[in-house]
Order: sequence, then C-alpha cells, then structure tokens
Amino acid sequence: MSSSVTKGANAIAAVALALAVVLPFVAPGYYVQFASKAMLMGMLALSLNLVVGFGGLVSMCHAAFFGLAGYMLAFLTPDGGGASIWLSLPVALMAVGAVAAVIGALSLRTRGIYFIMVTLAFGEMLFYFFHDTKVGGGSDGMYIYSKPEIALGGMTLLDLESSRVFYYVALACLVGSALLVRMVVQSPFGHALAAARDNERRALSLGYSVFRVRLTAFVVSAMIAGLAGYFSAAQFGFIAPQMLGWHLSATVLVMVVLGGMSSVLGPIVGAFALIGLEELLKTSVEHWKLVKGLVIIALVFLLPGGLQQLGGMLRRQHEDVADAKAIPASAKEAASNV
Amino acid sequence: MDAITFAVQLLNGVQYGLVLFLVASGLTLVFGILGVINLAHGAFYMLGAYFAYWISSYTGSFAAALIGATALSFVLGLVLEEVFVKRLIGRDHLAQVLLSYGLILVIDEMRQILFGKDVHSVPPPSWLTGSIQLTDVLSYPVYRLALCVICLVLAGVIFYVIQRTRLGMVIRAGAENRDMTRALGIPFDLVNRYVFAGGIALAALGGILVSPISTVFPGMGDGMLILSFVVVVLGGIGSVAGAAIGALLIGLTDTFGKVFFPQVSSILVYVLMAGVLLWRPNGLLGKKEG
Repeated sequence: MSSSVTKGANAIAAVALALAVVLPFVAPGYYVQFASKAMLMGMLALSLNLVVGFGGLVSMCHAAFFGLAGYMLAFLTPDGGGASIWLSLPVALMAVGAVAAVIGALSLRTRGIYFIMVTLAFGEMLFYFFHDTKVGGGSDGMYIYSKPEIALGGMTLLDLESSRVFYYVALACLVGSALLVRMVVQSPFGHALAAARDNERRALSLGYSVFRVRLTAFVVSAMIAGLAGYFSAAQFGFIAPQMLGWHLSATVLVMVVLGGMSSVLGPIVGAFALIGLEELLKTSVEHWKLVKGLVIIALVFLLPGGLQQLGGMLRRQHEDVADAKAIPASAKEAASNV
Repeated sequence: MDAITFAVQLLNGVQYGLVLFLVASGLTLVFGILGVINLAHGAFYMLGAYFAYWISSYTGSFAAALIGATALSFVLGLVLEEVFVKRLIGRDHLAQVLLSYGLILVIDEMRQILFGKDVHSVPPPSWLTGSIQLTDVLSYPVYRLALCVICLVLAGVIFYVIQRTRLGMVIRAGAENRDMTRALGIPFDLVNRYVFAGGIALAALGGILVSPISTVFPGMGDGMLILSFVVVVLGGIGSVAGAAIGALLIGLTDTFGKVFFPQVSSILVYVLMAGVLLWRPNGLLGKKEG
C-alpha cells in the first residue's frame, strides 16, 4: 500500500473520529444508540480480522466468544443492581480467553476447510450448551436488568445507564481496540503472524513457532470479541443463545470482507455499512433477508476486495489518474489475504 | 436398562447415524471433489423436507414426494453449480463460506415466501404406518425400521458407485489428486457438476426420509449442518467410508448420551470431535494433507 493511501486513510479516520465525538450533541437519541450498537459490531469485526485478515485463519466461532462474555456479565450481575465493572469485565474476558485457548489449541491443529468446520462446530457447542441446559436460562436467555457500574469507592464515575455516556465508553473501547490491533499487527509478532499466513513452511523454517503465534493471536482476538460482547449484552440488557450462534459469526465475516481485510479499520467500515444496510432494508423491504443474501452473493463475485475496491474504482473513474495500478493491486492484496 | 430398551436405543442410534451418513456423505464428496465448503448443505436438507411436504400434500403419495423432491433438489443443484459454484472453484475458502452463507439467506427466505414458516408433517406411506409391539408398553414404528433399510440400501448404492463404477473411479481419483485427474483428460467440469448436484440430492434425501418421523420446520437444517461437519471432521474430508464411521459414532453417542447423560448430551459429540482432533487431526480415515 502506498504511503499516500495510508495518509488518506489516516485523514479519513481522524475525520470519522471527530464526527463520532460530536455525534451525541447533534443527533437524536435513536442514532446515538444505533451508533453504539454499530461500534460494538465494528469492534467484533475488527477482532475477527486480526485472525482472518492478518492471520489467514477463517474462524467461524467468534460470535461464541462475543456471546460468552455477555453470559458472563449476566451471571455476574446481582439482583437489583449492576455488576461492578472492575470485577465483571476482567472475569468475563478471562473466561473468554480460557475458552478461546482451549478451542484454539484444538482447532489450530487443523488447516483450511478443517479449521473452518472445527471452529464452527466448537462455536455451536457453546450455543447448544446455553441453548439446551438451564445454566443460562435455556433458549429464552437471560435479562441483565442493570448495566455494569463504573464506580470507585462508592462513587459513580461513569453512569452507563445514560445512552450518551454508554456511547462514549463504547467509542473509547473501539478506539482502544483499534490501536491495540494496530500495535499487534505492526509488531514483530504481527509480522510473524502474517508470515505464517503467507507461507507457513517458510515461517517455520525461519524459527517461528507458528502454532504459538497463531494461538496467541486467536486468544487476543477472542478477548476483544468478548469486550464487544460484554458491552453489547449490557446495551441490550439481554443475552440469548442466538448471540453466540454461527449466523452471527458469518455475518461478521461478511463485515470483514465488505470493509476490506488488508487494513485494521476496514472491518469497522464494513460493520457500519452492513448494519446500516440491514436497518434500511428492515424498514423498507418485507423480505429483507433475501436482499441481504443477494448482496452477500454479489459481494463475493463482483467486489471481492470489499468497499476499498469500490472506492478505488470510483476514484479511478473520477480522477482518471495515472497510477491506476496501485488500486487493483490493493484489491488483489485484500483478496489474497485469506 | 433391560435388553429390549437397549436394543431399541441401539436401533435409534443406528437409524440416526444412517440418516446423518446420507447427508454427510454428500457434504464430504463436495469437499473432496470440488474442494468447496458448502455451508448451505443443511439448507438443502431442510428444503428437501419442504419439497416432500409440498408434493405429498398435493399427491398424497410418499413415493411421489420421495422421487419428486429428490429430483427437484438434484436439478436445483445442477443450476446452482452452473450459476455460482463453478465460479468458486479455486477461489479461497472465505469466498466459499460467504457465498454459501448468502445462499442460506436466499433459500431460507424463498422457503418463507413459498411455504411459510409453519411446522408441517408428512404422512408415511400407508403400508408403513403401523408399529411393532415389543413388550406391553414398548412398540417400534415400522417406518423407522423401513428407514434403516432404505438408508442401508442407499449406503450400499453409494459405496457401489464409488468403489465399482467408472464414475466412482473418477471421483476417487479426483479426491486423491484433482490436478492430476484433470491432466489425464477427465471431463472434470462435468464430474464437478454431477457430484455437486448429487451431494445436494443426498442432503435433500436425508430431509425427505426423516420428514415422516420428525416435523418439517424452518430451522431443521442448522443442526444437521453442524453435525455433518462434525462427521466429516471425524471421518476425514472426501472419505465416504470415514463419513459412515463418523456418522454411526455420532448417532450412537448422541442417542446413548441422551439416555445416560441427559444434562450434557448435546456437548458429547463435540467432546468426541475434540478427542479425534487430538488423536488424528485429519480425521480417522483422512489424508495427511487436509
């Protein structure tokens, strides 16, 4: 990717962040809540892309990590009050990390199609665990009547019940996760992860412990997914088995591809685009799932590089620039990062 | 547990395993030959059952439903291969996952438009409706026995085709080494098309055959898809014999798990899968390279 493209992306990210900061002051409450939801989905997509885009591992169980954290919050929320975030969040993330370490250690013994199937199966194992047993209220799920409390010495620092405060906390989490993923990707560890994706045998012969690198990335990514799930459950006040089912995992995968896998921020764009589209379709079309399915099929055949590719195509048409080669190259890069 | 109850449970487990084998063998063949991962396989299982309900509600004949719904699914498979899947061969797995997920949404919504979301049942053929009295309180439905026989016959046909016919030879060669088979001048595009349609037809057949004993409902394909995946992981990609072993293992594990460990029965098959992964990551009969 050329530096001018990176600069452009940075400028866009800065503008988007500035807009995000002022949004609660200019937009009605509905949009603030919608944006919170979309940001948390963007965080989930961002976390998935760490393994899919940068690790080349198509995981189909990230919704399970997302939902598991939500269930942990539900378990830790006492009757008639909110859970302390200082206790419930670390416990939820530790639980997700531990489960991800076990699933990852087993799944990473396989490659390619096997990895997809095995992660899908383990994700569904968690789904059926919560669906069929009474641990989490069975198929009905559990209510979380109060949002987690961010308090210090009995004094409330931030009141998550206010949708505006919740929005800023979600935004901070998203920005923090994006910075974390960027740091990981740019570190020697991230280079090892990408090397293993591009050529596993070569990475091994260079002395990298591919298994350990991938497992670490898998667990880190699962914990970011858990962070998103924790706050999503808090926002909805409700957790049900569907939130860890594989349909959500597949939808998030669509977000990742739609936004573009070669960048850290792309999946966030993909999440906003897909959720926005869904919201639009739900209000205007009766059979919106049909349209969503067709959009996904069209994405696979017409726009394998996602919106980045579309942006590139538009830019080329408008400016008719000479460096047309840079654009298909970045699209190709995105498509080959599997 | 007395001997008769045990025998009944054993029969249930085997019967479940046999249906699972039909569905999973279609999945493993499509994996093995086309190298395509098809998440929509469960949707075709569901669609087969709805086709069967639709045809049997018009004709009143289960035989007509069986033949008609299978043929419909086969043709649908041919069309989908021509329109979509053909273009996916050689693309990365991610594209295949997304395409088949898109197909699931489309198929589900089409089913909603055509058949609604009501739960239906399909009557078995009248001469198979009774049940056999085992003890004073226990009886076994004749259709379930017939289902075992039908599945065994179909399994026999599948193995005969794969082991003894020219088509089967090509399929085995393709699963072994796709590029080499193509280099030998085998019309592989044609083989691809028929294997894909055949795989879809097998999934649908599973759905059609269970429609008289279980209900026909929208979400029926999801559970089947996951279990078929577990079967393929257990048996090894592309191995029909492995699918048979995996399917029977899961059928028995699930059935006896429900009897002995009702609390954790839904987890047991995954524990089984985890065990096999630790022992043989490429499946019981899988090749070295996945």
